[in-house]
Amino acid sequence: MSEPAADIPVAPGPLDAHPGVKVLRERFGDAGLDPRDTIVRGRAIGMPTVTLARDVLEEAMGLLKSDPRAAFDQLTELTCVDYLKFPQVQPGRFGVTYGLLSTTLNHRLWAKVFVNESDLSVPSVTSLWKGANWLEREVFDLFGVVFEGHPDLRRILTPAGFKDFPLRKDFPLTGKGWRESFRPVTRDEA
Amino acid sequence: MAFDIASLGENVLTTSLKRVVNWCRKYSLWPMPFATACCGIELMATAAARYDMARFGAEVLRFSPRQSDLMIVAGRVSIKMMPVLQRIYLQMTEPKWVISMGACASTGGVFDNYAVCQGIDQFMPVDVYVPGCPPRPETLLDGIMAIQQVVERDGLPPRGRGPLGLHIPAPGGGRDQLVQLRVDAQKRIDAQP
Repeated sequence: MSEPAADIPVAPGPLDAHPGVKVLRERFGDAGLDPRDTIVRGRAIGMPTVTLARDVLEEAMGLLKSDPRAAFDQLTELTCVDYLKFPQVQPGRFGVTYGLLSTTLNHRLWAKVFVNESDLSVPSVTSLWKGANWLEREVFDLFGVVFEGHPDLRRILTPAGFKDFPLRKDFPLTGKGWRESFRPVTRDEA
Repeated sequence: MAFDIASLGENVLTTSLKRVVNWCRKYSLWPMPFATACCGIELMATAAARYDMARFGAEVLRFSPRQSDLMIVAGRVSIKMMPVLQRIYLQMTEPKWVISMGACASTGGVFDNYAVCQGIDQFMPVDVYVPGCPPRPETLLDGIMAIQQVVERDGLPPRGRGPLGLHIPAPGGGRDQLVQLRVDAQKRIDAQP
């Protein structure tokens, strides 16, 4: 999981003009930073996407929000993809994905940060967008990605005491026995 | 003036108290709508004017288990909801009956995944199953009439009867460990203020 997939187009023309990409290039450039982890990886169905390295994520997100040319004032989504056994090799197993929207400039940008099971921590963006709170809890609950600096990183969907991360590709679809293991209630107990 | 018993004519009938009580119960079922999915929409349609559950005396849907005696489980029951369902069942007043409405409540339906219980009858008593996905209001009314027959015949639900469904064991064993997990989780829930 080291080389970027050859069949994903890198930095096509239109993305260079994207204000968010411009802002990121100005600050981080292509040199000195691993271009694989840092800047443009391509477009998917009109969705301009940048891949960020984990150690610059916090700063890059702050920049995307505060720079007046980017002005991403809304985090529309925060989710995660498990690329286990994905046909095209990705830079990491989990792709934490951020969907950004500028309501003043009417443009969007998707940012992705890849992590592996060896270190599942990602900086939290709750300090930038409050709405990230529950979304990060959901990603933590279902994928096990740990968001550093999150104010209240508890499970949000699965029951208390649940130990697994059920949206991981290697979690068995029918579970590990939880749904079969309730104590039956009889009429006499009522 | 002496009381003329013949004057009563056909205005009196004799019966047993049990039959009168059962007759009253039969026509005053108060459902507890445990609606978690699309079956709940059909349940609402059944209660509304067009199908009118009031014709069967079951129009008083109560959202408090203390005030109801017929639980209608309408929809999927997830692993997070199952303890809630059991608790609400225990809170209902006696005598009480349970309708398992639709494919999901009865068997898990198409949702054969980690999060959905594969039939509530594995873990709690069920009196009547209503088939369908979701069942039409007529089907649910049929289920309610079936409960009415049970009430008329038996009066009370049979004592000592536990879940009727065949328990499906977890694959690969390890059930005790999972039960312990469940107990730990319940302790945490109970400890909440």
